[in-house]
Amino acid sequence: MDRLKGKVALISGGARGQGAAEARLFVGEGARVVIGDVLDAETAKTADQINSKAGTRAAMAVHLDVTRAADWRAAVETCTREFGGLDILVNNAGIANSGGVEDTSEEEWDSVINVNQKGVWLGMKFAVPAMRKRGGGSIVNISSIYGIIGSGGSAAYHASKGAVRLLTKSAAVQYAGDKIRVNSVHPGVILTPMVEMASREQLQPVIDMAPMKRVAQPEEVGWCVVFLASDEASFVTGAELVVDGGYTAV
Amino acid sequence: MDRLKGKVALISGGARGQGAAEARLFVQEGASVVIGDVLDAEAARTAAQINANRRAAAAVHLDVTRAADWRAAVDACGREFGGLDILVNNAGVFNTTGLEDTTEELWDTIVNINQKGVWLGMKFAVPAMRQRGGGSIINISSVAGLTGSTGSTAYHGTKGAVRLLTKAAAVQYGPEKIRVNSVHPGIIATQMIDIIPKEQRERFTSFVPLRREGTADDVARMVLFLASDDASYVTGAEFVVDGGLTAT
Repeated sequence: MDRLKGKVALISGGARGQGAAEARLFVGEGARVVIGDVLDAETAKTADQINSKAGTRAAMAVHLDVTRAADWRAAVETCTREFGGLDILVNNAGIANSGGVEDTSEEEWDSVINVNQKGVWLGMKFAVPAMRKRGGGSIVNISSIYGIIGSGGSAAYHASKGAVRLLTKSAAVQYAGDKIRVNSVHPGVILTPMVEMASREQLQPVIDMAPMKRVAQPEEVGWCVVFLASDEASFVTGAELVVDGGYTAV
Repeated sequence: MDRLKGKVALISGGARGQGAAEARLFVQEGASVVIGDVLDAEAARTAAQINANRRAAAAVHLDVTRAADWRAAVDACGREFGGLDILVNNAGVFNTTGLEDTTEELWDTIVNINQKGVWLGMKFAVPAMRQRGGGSIINISSVAGLTGSTGSTAYHGTKGAVRLLTKAAAVQYGPEKIRVNSVHPGIIATQMIDIIPKEQRERFTSFVPLRREGTADDVARMVLFLASDDASYVTGAEFVVDGGLTAT
């Protein structure tokens, strides 16, 4: 119940899917959360639902386009103004693409790289000074198993998730002295709106190849993020946490 | 002498450093090479030196961030030497700044050259390789694509991206006999790392089990192996050339 008591978290892409699951779990464990997303109406609804269940004002919605530095600056300021500081950043916002090397347009490439990769860097860039004021913090970057292995398409997605994996290690080394821990999470196939865009025919072979033979619920990733965000993971930094039903173990 | 006999290679960032070493070695082994770079005069000089014995090298202007330049470079391979078998995505820039002190402008520059450039190179090379019934792509990542350090944030990000972009392309093009691998050099004495102060380079080298900086030729020999048919069952794999740095 109190694994995140007194802590303040900022979650990008928190309107729905994994981000919303993390926001609910975080508040259940005593944290207050600022939910950032480009889907303003859904973000507000998610925050309202959390607040009515908690019976207290524990969640706030902000507009956050992760590719825009000004939005990040404002989101971090909201954490400080509304809840007194920032202890946890979850860089969760992400978009998928299926195009391979040749059939990806330059526009699609730029869009995937900007959201999935530049967004993670900008989030850390603006969160770190706020965490330093609190004497430390925890940053959880959502990569993917597609940041560890290749597939027959999704070229830009693979690149961006591979980048997030190393950005994470880079930041972990840089900020260990500031007591800011930085780790990456690598989900396999998780039942979220992002994955639901793929067809059943696309997903089934992937499910068949995973030893657990099923997709995961967003909460199954959310609990991993709670662990990394909490003081239970106080000696864990620069590490990769795979949540994939054994997919990359075979 | 003939490990690349009859093959045509395109090397980005080939004017100097590792790219030039690869061009020279490739030609010694029987290949023809198109050297692409933004340093036009140096690229032309490198090609001219290589051509002193036989005409095996051509220089083209190649800004790896521009699709039109890649299209022209691949066209040059076909026009000058009849096709394309090998792409070395070698062009790269380095930065030392950490996460907070990197400006958005610098971030974009590093990501565009080191990462988008690699994708664009593959995008335009693959159709030409397909016409030849296969090929070999070597993407130059870095040990900085395997482990973190206290700075060079954007550089780490891009080199991690290249590592996975390599695996993605290897899976996608395996059935077409196009192999794609990444090379991860450690501290190599080229102009790219001149911005690192001498004392710091000496400290880095003290961590290297072989106790020396690598040379451009050390890396070029690995690239030659991957480009050649010796590596015919090797794809989607990573090769460190780092004197043991990442083994510790």
